[in-house]
Amino acid sequence: MDYSRQELLITTIARLLAGCRLVATGASSPIPGAGALLARALSGGRMRVNVLGSIRNDFLCDGGVELFDLAGQGRLDAFFLGGGQIDGQANINLVGAGSAYPQNDVRWPGSFGSGYLYYLVPRVILFREEHTRRVLVPQVDFISAAGPTGEAIYRPGGPIGLLTNLCWFSFDRTRRRFRLESVHRGHSVEEVRDNTGFDFDCPDHVPETASPDAATLQLLRGRIAAEIGETYPRFVAQVFPDSVAAAQ
Amino acid sequence: MPGPTIEQLAAQIPDGARIAVPPDYSGVAMELTRAMIRRGVRNLHLVCVPISGLQADLLIGAGCVGTLETSAVTLGEYGGAPRFAAGLKRGAFKMMDATCPAVHAAIQAAGKGLPFMPLRGLLGSDLLKNRPDWQVIDNPFAAEKDPIVLLPAIRPDIAVFHAPFADRNGNVFIGRRRELVAMAHASAMSLVTVEEIRDVDLLSSEESAAGTLTAAYIGDIAVAPRGAWPVKLWDIYDYDDAHMRQYVEVSRSDEGFARYLADFVYQRQAAE
Repeated sequence: MDYSRQELLITTIARLLAGCRLVATGASSPIPGAGALLARALSGGRMRVNVLGSIRNDFLCDGGVELFDLAGQGRLDAFFLGGGQIDGQANINLVGAGSAYPQNDVRWPGSFGSGYLYYLVPRVILFREEHTRRVLVPQVDFISAAGPTGEAIYRPGGPIGLLTNLCWFSFDRTRRRFRLESVHRGHSVEEVRDNTGFDFDCPDHVPETASPDAATLQLLRGRIAAEIGETYPRFVAQVFPDSVAAAQ
Repeated sequence: MPGPTIEQLAAQIPDGARIAVPPDYSGVAMELTRAMIRRGVRNLHLVCVPISGLQADLLIGAGCVGTLETSAVTLGEYGGAPRFAAGLKRGAFKMMDATCPAVHAAIQAAGKGLPFMPLRGLLGSDLLKNRPDWQVIDNPFAAEKDPIVLLPAIRPDIAVFHAPFADRNGNVFIGRRRELVAMAHASAMSLVTVEEIRDVDLLSSEESAAGTLTAAYIGDIAVAPRGAWPVKLWDIYDYDDAHMRQYVEVSRSDEGFARYLADFVYQRQAAE
């Protein structure tokens, strides 16, 4: 069964979430949301998922602060963060680039919960579709949330890795470096190197990112597309047009 | 019993007021926001609890905001907020970038009458570096060195939001949107718009009382059917998709935004 770029990202995310009990996704996160809902469907009822902005897939009922309180209590196992810029030490920038803050040449929405969740959630998956030197930079222009520094601070959380349109990097919190773990079908290590602005570890042999199987794709295109469509109808109309047609 | 009009609510928001507003998923008083722009309110200190969307973008574009305290301004699936970005570039207002739980925690501190609240995270970030009002102390209860951030309480003058309904006694149904309760507790008073007033008493049963903001916190309530338009309200109505697309398109330029204000904000006054 053939699959799209987005379907590979969603199924890869679902794999990275295996074993989690509580997972949440943040603002403007249709692919992480779909990945988390797929992981939940594959978990046999062991995983709870909270999709920000959803009503049907939101198990919280104590206001906007409850998600952060969960993280503070150590109950939230996984979360997703992106960034207009991400650097080789896993610092992330959701604020802006170029010229001096706050009058940056380019301004993004803002840091959302990153300045807190990055420090407290054990399994943060960095996710950014665009894989270019514009995004993956040697050093971010503004640190919304700092990568692990090795300093003696209270920090149970941090990144496990970075997923992009081209590849999956793991992150070593002690060495403070990314390592190329797999490259997606149709792309190469050279392409990753050419489009990455920071240094990373690269083994001699880099495998291809595992393809989703037919049963997983079927689940994704049916039930999961419908579930994520509640919160991200425009995303589903674009990525799963057949699912939308079938539902009507 | 005719209640106050939207314009009467807007008149209660003085220039320079610190106002707290909720995110799109909570209930945004857009009709009141348009009335505030028509009234010409200036130099607001807008506290987004913890983020905002079209509401902040309109207020910024219309020149109503002097200080913006928020963790993000975004139009979600419709893209970036154009007037927010343009206003920042020209230094039109003071920017106080935060992270969501920091806004929540500072609002909660005010709700408890406390001067500050500690918060984990933030260490080593440029958020912390650019907030001279935030401090780092050593946790006085820890055996080892344990730096932690202190945030001063945020005490808004007025919380402004929209809800599905109020009861005959002025209690407001907020369901599970408890950030509205936190905002109301922290603020000196709340101005609320509702889809309708229902002839019921929300405090008469445990079931409805659990989802209620009690009237003691509320300054005034005005009826505004579809008062969150073009933003969504819970699962009651969705974004006006065509309108949001149109907004993002036209408000990229100063001229386009001025035209938008003329068509959708000022024109209404002429019609009334």
